[in-house]
Amino acid sequence: MLEIKNLSKTFNAGTVNAKTALDGLSLTLNDGDFVTVIGGNGAGKSTLLNAIAGVFQPDTGDIILDGVRLNGVPEHKRAKYLGRVFQDPMMGTAANMQIDENLALAKRRGALRGLRWGINPSEHAEYRKLLLTLDLGLEDRLTSKVGLLSGGQRQAVTLLMATLKQPKLLLLDEHTAALDPKTAAKVLDITEKIVSENKLTTLMITHNMRDAIRYGNRLIMMREGKVVVDVSGEAKQKLTVEALLELFTKASGGDEFLSDRAILS
Amino acid sequence: MEAFFNGLPYAVAQGLIWGIMAIGVFITYKVLDVADLTVDGSIATGGAVFVVTCNAGMNVALCMLLAFAAGCIAGTVTGLIHTVCGIQPILAGILTQLMLWSLNYKIMDRANTALMKDTFITMNIDLLGYTITWALLICIGIVLLLYLFFGTEFGCAIRATGDNEHMSRAQGINVNFNKVFGLMLSNGLVAFSGAMLAQYQGAADIKMGSGAIVIGLASIVIGTSLVSKLTRNFAITLIGTVVGAVIYFSIYQFVVNLDFSTELLKMLSAIVVLIFLAVPNLKKKYFSVKRSKKVAAEASVAEKGGEENA
Ligand SMILES: Nc1ncnc2c1ncn2[C@@H]1O[C@H](COP(=O)(O)OP(=O)(O)O)[C@@H](O)[C@H]1O
Ligand SMILES: [Mg+2]
Repeated sequence: MLEIKNLSKTFNAGTVNAKTALDGLSLTLNDGDFVTVIGGNGAGKSTLLNAIAGVFQPDTGDIILDGVRLNGVPEHKRAKYLGRVFQDPMMGTAANMQIDENLALAKRRGALRGLRWGINPSEHAEYRKLLLTLDLGLEDRLTSKVGLLSGGQRQAVTLLMATLKQPKLLLLDEHTAALDPKTAAKVLDITEKIVSENKLTTLMITHNMRDAIRYGNRLIMMREGKVVVDVSGEAKQKLTVEALLELFTKASGGDEFLSDRAILS
Repeated sequence: MEAFFNGLPYAVAQGLIWGIMAIGVFITYKVLDVADLTVDGSIATGGAVFVVTCNAGMNVALCMLLAFAAGCIAGTVTGLIHTVCGIQPILAGILTQLMLWSLNYKIMDRANTALMKDTFITMNIDLLGYTITWALLICIGIVLLLYLFFGTEFGCAIRATGDNEHMSRAQGINVNFNKVFGLMLSNGLVAFSGAMLAQYQGAADIKMGSGAIVIGLASIVIGTSLVSKLTRNFAITLIGTVVGAVIYFSIYQFVVNLDFSTELLKMLSAIVVLIFLAVPNLKKKYFSVKRSKKVAAEASVAEKGGEENA
């Protein structure tokens, strides 16, 4: 279970560039929740995920994962509990290392990295089987450098890496936004499959309302650093794009509707 | 020409010794993707520590280990300046290099010190064969150890750190620790090579490392251009780097024999390095321009053809 209490973050505090990205945000995720996150540009969605991942320390508030308070825990130590996929396909994999080496690095997430071999021959069969599930033809390219793969292939490998060692929480930050529609759909299908098979608690940011509605059991909408809409269960199942737009209009007081509509659609 | 061939064994010996330094530079420049200028100072630190301890009567092997350790400390200082104080690595290296300049003087209590003892590495022509054999064995040993090390979990994590910090942190890798460790190992090797160089020259000098980074980079570039088409194997690339250093000193030897005044040698070595660093880039540029011209030419031909058909 993830509990976020009263989380605030102001960038460049005390300067003319001060920007409150998170404003007393509270959110509780139950185990197995697959939550899609939407909101206009600059609403604080990425900042929320980065705060959970420990990229920076929040100004106020607590982040508690399965009873462990994460405040003050450095990013690389929190990685033990978290799987992450970023918007930029280049960010989640080491381009000059082989596919199997990347997966082997991910398999050891959270473990002490000592002087045992970085990858054992026995791991190859396991990775081949995993890559086979992607259905991207990568199972025969275990020793290819990741830099030779396409953006979609790299995101799919990053997804495997994020979930190879089961995380307590999976954080996806617009991980299909940089892909062409067909590839994006494929990566989303893979995401859905991995999340449901492993019953992963997941936060998935998307700028696509249809995807936000189609995937997950719960949907939250952010605006100005706060959660302004939170729909789950049956209500979520019955959501339509029109209904969602209406919710968004209400939440933003109507004035921002037009400018944000383009971004959300 | 005869003088050049007579000089070749010296070039080989020097190349092997500096090759170890180049391997150290390889760890920062290629594996960690950091330009580290500490090396100009730490090579002299290695030489100074070796000569002083050796003259004091210590066991030669122990003295070389002490030189290695001194280099490790220098690299750690650079690493901490970079990671703890948040200063760019290139500047962190320059700061440490400056500190080492004074420190090296303090270690020897003067600008240079002669080595009072005969060791297994020397410029003496009768014993040059031994020197080359020893240097070769040490090179092979270091390459082997590094090859094994970078295949371990820890070694892989260091490679990942140099490749993609974002991914590394997300996979639970302590990138700051790895950078400090890489800089430490690198400068340890550089200082070790400095200890060998001091034996070869029969003295340590606070200026013995000036321009060392350039020789290191040149060896890496020559070496990788030799082997990169054949293989990406880590051990072979390291061996290529050592061969690169030998080639560098052979070229140097050739130029020296052209009867240049010694004042011009630094200029020459900078130019040699410049050429080796620039040629791959210029080649890439030349070919891409040529290709785009060719594409443009084909396009205009196609256009003309189209017009004629119409
Ligand atoms: N590191 C940073 N430094 C300064 N401002 C930032 C930083 N990260 C985000 N911001 C600002 O915080 C706000 C929220 O950003 P973000 O969380 O990236 O929004 P989004 O919902 O589009 O992902 C934006 O106004 C952004 O400019
Ligand atoms: Mg964002």
